[in-house]
Amino acid sequence: MAAQYHHSLRIDADRCDGCMSCLRACPTAAVRVRKGRAITLEDRCIDCGECIRVCPRIAVLPLTDQLADLSKFDCTIAVPSPTLYAQFDAETLPGVITAALKKCGFSDVECVSSACDVAKIATEMFLNDYRGEYPLISSFCPTVVRLVQVKYPELVGQLMPVLAPREIAARDAKARKSVETGLPPERIGAVYIAPCPSKMVAILEHPGMRRSYLDTAVSISDLFQTLAAAVAHVSEPVDNLDAGETASGVGWAFLGGLPSFLPAENTLAVAGLPNLIRILDDVEKGRLRKYAYIECHACAEGCVGGPLTVEDPYVARAKTIKLMQKLPAGPAVDRRVIERRYRDEGFLMDEPLASRPLQPLDEDISRAITKMKERDRIFAGLPRIDCGACGAPTCRAFAEDIVLGGAEEGNCVFFYQRELDNRIEDLARLVQVHKSNEGGVQ
Amino acid sequence: MAAQLFESVYDVTGRDFTNAGRASTAIKDTLKRLGVPPAVVRRVAIASYEAEMNVVMYATRGRILLQVSPQDVTLEVADEGPGIENIELAMQEGYSTATQEMREMGFGAGMGLPNIRRNADEFDLTSEVRRGTRLFIRVKQAA
Repeated sequence: MAAQYHHSLRIDADRCDGCMSCLRACPTAAVRVRKGRAITLEDRCIDCGECIRVCPRIAVLPLTDQLADLSKFDCTIAVPSPTLYAQFDAETLPGVITAALKKCGFSDVECVSSACDVAKIATEMFLNDYRGEYPLISSFCPTVVRLVQVKYPELVGQLMPVLAPREIAARDAKARKSVETGLPPERIGAVYIAPCPSKMVAILEHPGMRRSYLDTAVSISDLFQTLAAAVAHVSEPVDNLDAGETASGVGWAFLGGLPSFLPAENTLAVAGLPNLIRILDDVEKGRLRKYAYIECHACAEGCVGGPLTVEDPYVARAKTIKLMQKLPAGPAVDRRVIERRYRDEGFLMDEPLASRPLQPLDEDISRAITKMKERDRIFAGLPRIDCGACGAPTCRAFAEDIVLGGAEEGNCVFFYQRELDNRIEDLARLVQVHKSNEGGVQ
Repeated sequence: MAAQLFESVYDVTGRDFTNAGRASTAIKDTLKRLGVPPAVVRRVAIASYEAEMNVVMYATRGRILLQVSPQDVTLEVADEGPGIENIELAMQEGYSTATQEMREMGFGAGMGLPNIRRNADEFDLTSEVRRGTRLFIRVKQAA
């Protein structure tokens, strides 16, 4: 059964020169270099975008939409990631940036702060009734969801089923705009202004949802120049400078900035894939049961560290903190209203999250055992320096590729050298034998 | 056809808290690559981690033997160490001989051995005081 995967990046074969930067950076060993070009293994890729960050040739291209593509909708609502504000000087307040977004062609802008507060209350309410395994794992970062589905299939049931703030914001905005304009919701496009490519995959694949309330995503990096130019032209006095954003909402942009809504001793906040992998390994071993909730970000420092942003993550973090001091503290929502809506319309995913574990060495366990032994036998003969010259990120991955039929031992330069040395020795011996035979004849 | 069996051995060093847990991570990854069902992987992961931590906390050194067949997964954990004086007592939930230091690190709730037994279909624990402990567990792959 061939699983269908959407991915949010494409490697341009004309630009890729097979330099192996992405091969080394990929946290899930999803890249191979074959015939001098990088390719991705679809079932392993979790759309984290680390390859985009490190590619010196700009050959890894995110598949987010361009502003020009938005004409397919009669009405477009921009839903900006709170990270967007951190790309600008802290003196440039959200009201100016949202006014500039409208100048860029968006009909309207829906800020996510109040949706963040809604998600927070919904999370509290869900945890109150929850009787399953702990800890629960946050699901607002699509790469985290993908990582769990692929590498920790048994933990899928521990992903928090509360909708991400961006989805809640898009749902509310579409409903409001539909009433306002008389347009059917399907003619209204909700466009996420995204710091990373994974949000695009989340829209296409809508894990845990029958469909995404967002229609597409435009990256902060693609939009930045146009938007910065528009910001410079916002001249009229802006009447609502905070644009409905609050400190508690924009705080979601960075690790631990999500103001703790649970007792601090019950929660963990983790960012960066190597750290996440370590923590999820521990969760799988049953080690972190005493924690109720883990806030998980795939990018170092959280969304401010997204691969499709323009500002440095640490500077962006500092700017967000500065911005938070200028905004109303929040929450921007009435708790009782949210509690009623939680019961009436729900803020939870409407489909069970499915796991999509990596294909094992073989579907048949007996054959998998044979292949595993063969893999270990090959691995024992490899240099174990993970040089990458064979096109696999590690000697272990290379041994597995051989067993699975995607590579051959001769691709290893050390193996090749050894074979060559053996041939030369054989040849030398032959020459020796030949010479001594000749000597014997005389 | 000859019976298919995959074997792997993992060494565990007592008091080495820095590397504690590595063996169970490796075991779990191996089982996943073999296509062992996720629910079985999780039970083995929890049991092997508790067993590995027992070696790290109490013993001088130990060795974990993992065996995987199409029918089941077994672990044999043998260590050199103080042994267990009273196994019946050690199996009681909440009973622990953990030092203050181990409790500081979040261990010593007295749930380790009961947890291993709960996740195993077969469980055997033998010990010789001042010599060491041997734990054997089997988790079946099919119901």
